[in-house]
Amino acid sequence: MIRLSTTDPAAPAAPRSGAADTAAPPPGRDRVVGSTEVLCVLLVLVGVLHRQVGSLVSDPRLQTWLTVFVSVLVQAMPFLVFGVVLSAVIAVFVPRSFWARALPRHPALAVPVAGAAGVVLPGCECGSVPIAGSLIRRGVTPAAALAFLLAAPAINPIVLTATAVAFPRNPEMVVARGGASLVVALAMGWLWLRLGRSEWIRLPHRAHLDTMPRATAFWAACRQDVVHAGGFLVLGAMAAATINVVVPQQVLHDLAAGPVLSVLALAALAVLLSICSEADAFVAASLSQFSLTARLAFLVVGPMVDLKLVSMQAGMFGRAFALRFAPATFLLAVLVAAVVGTVLW
Amino acid sequence: MNRGSQAVVLVLLGGAILRASLTDVYLRYVKQGLRPFLIAAGVVLVVAAVVALVQELRHLNRPDDAGDGADDGHGHGRSGPAVGWLLLLPALALLFLVPPALGADTASRAGSALTDDRDVAYPPLPPREPAELTLLEYGYRAVYDDGRTLRGRQLQLTGFLAPGPDGHPMLARIVLSCCAADGVPIKVGLRGEVPALPADTWIRATGRWIPHTVKDPVNDADVPSFQVDTWERIAAPAEPYE
Repeated sequence: MIRLSTTDPAAPAAPRSGAADTAAPPPGRDRVVGSTEVLCVLLVLVGVLHRQVGSLVSDPRLQTWLTVFVSVLVQAMPFLVFGVVLSAVIAVFVPRSFWARALPRHPALAVPVAGAAGVVLPGCECGSVPIAGSLIRRGVTPAAALAFLLAAPAINPIVLTATAVAFPRNPEMVVARGGASLVVALAMGWLWLRLGRSEWIRLPHRAHLDTMPRATAFWAACRQDVVHAGGFLVLGAMAAATINVVVPQQVLHDLAAGPVLSVLALAALAVLLSICSEADAFVAASLSQFSLTARLAFLVVGPMVDLKLVSMQAGMFGRAFALRFAPATFLLAVLVAAVVGTVLW
Repeated sequence: MNRGSQAVVLVLLGGAILRASLTDVYLRYVKQGLRPFLIAAGVVLVVAAVVALVQELRHLNRPDDAGDGADDGHGHGRSGPAVGWLLLLPALALLFLVPPALGADTASRAGSALTDDRDVAYPPLPPREPAELTLLEYGYRAVYDDGRTLRGRQLQLTGFLAPGPDGHPMLARIVLSCCAADGVPIKVGLRGEVPALPADTWIRATGRWIPHTVKDPVNDADVPSFQVDTWERIAAPAEPYE
């Protein structure tokens, strides 16, 4: 008799939410059917019926959706795992006192230091969300962690190199992108210092990692962050794949005509497409019917606000946070990109 | 979502990624350069899952030893890790459905890649007959160099068939810069001995450049043409993208 679920220490404690748990009888009883059993039955069903499921998705457009969905996840997974491992290292092996020493004591000064530190993190936006969460949990002031969150995916050497390769005839695009992104990241950090409220941020509950053996704590932190951030990444990838398949390209062509409209259109497209920041420069380069300013807006907005990122931020910091932070970042990013673009071109 | 289920989900996800990246399947979704990182990520996921499973088993034997299981117990906010169940979708899709590489559907919906005049000197083709070219290379030489380096040469192009806007079939291939989400098709119109095969069939066509360019109705990109002399049907290449 399999009774794995009784080992779940949650059973007698608080009632939990989630699709899996609706299948379980109310807590308090000695449960026989739990989430793990449901999972096993589901897996057996999929194993037996996958041919039938496969023939259901033979429509070419549905297949394109599936391919784009899977590829967004496959592309993001190494970066997510890298970010999760790094955030577990921060959570388990870096003592709290380190951050007090590494960052200036005054929060207004900690913001630029943390933002500039984003230069050294070679990755894309999926990895920086768990890292920022981990930094806040370890006592770094949220304003500094948020500046890092916004700056890291946009100004690291890999992304800037990709931008230089994608725009061989406009090398100033690299400077414009790095500069505008850093300005937005720092401005958002300082804006958070003035207007932000700490109760907007609700980090998901974590065990007291300090009390566990270090190896156990490290793997537990990795597992929880992957499951949590990864789940929201799946939501974002589904949205991005849907946009990719549904929005007709002719629409874009018509939007490129007006100078203001084209900037707004590409900024919105950056949000919807949710392309990894290491690839977005190539996509921007291919949108050649749009002005350089519009494409700069695409490159500045993309790594800071997009569907999968907002989804992951809502998961990591809470919905109240994401609902305020993402629109403010979007507006500021469009504004800064428009100003920089107008000055340059 | 308790520790046991988390471990099962992660084993499936890590296993799916490992299986895709140890075979050629991953090339349908991302570029070759990502392979070592995919393998590393898969290994980390599997190890994290195995560690959790070992703790779960140890906990079964000694229920008083809470281990890190305690972390799964008390309140995980409203948006709790139930969202982690969603990770089953990509894992099962990769294990059982194995979505195909992008093909004719993308080629017919998205505009062709030839939108940007590249200011480079095109070197002469290698002397071997027929000269093998990628579709992108053929397109640039045909459109932006007026076919200067292509005149009088036997050329060989590889791609899949896609229905063209003007009724003529096209030879197409998808160009990736990072992953399939940013895939853009490169299209070449076919003339002459055009194979009457269904869309998404891969062929290797031998023929000549002809000075005929049309506009892609989707994005006004240039679509060059190719005069086919002979062709053969081939299996889809392991690296389907350019």
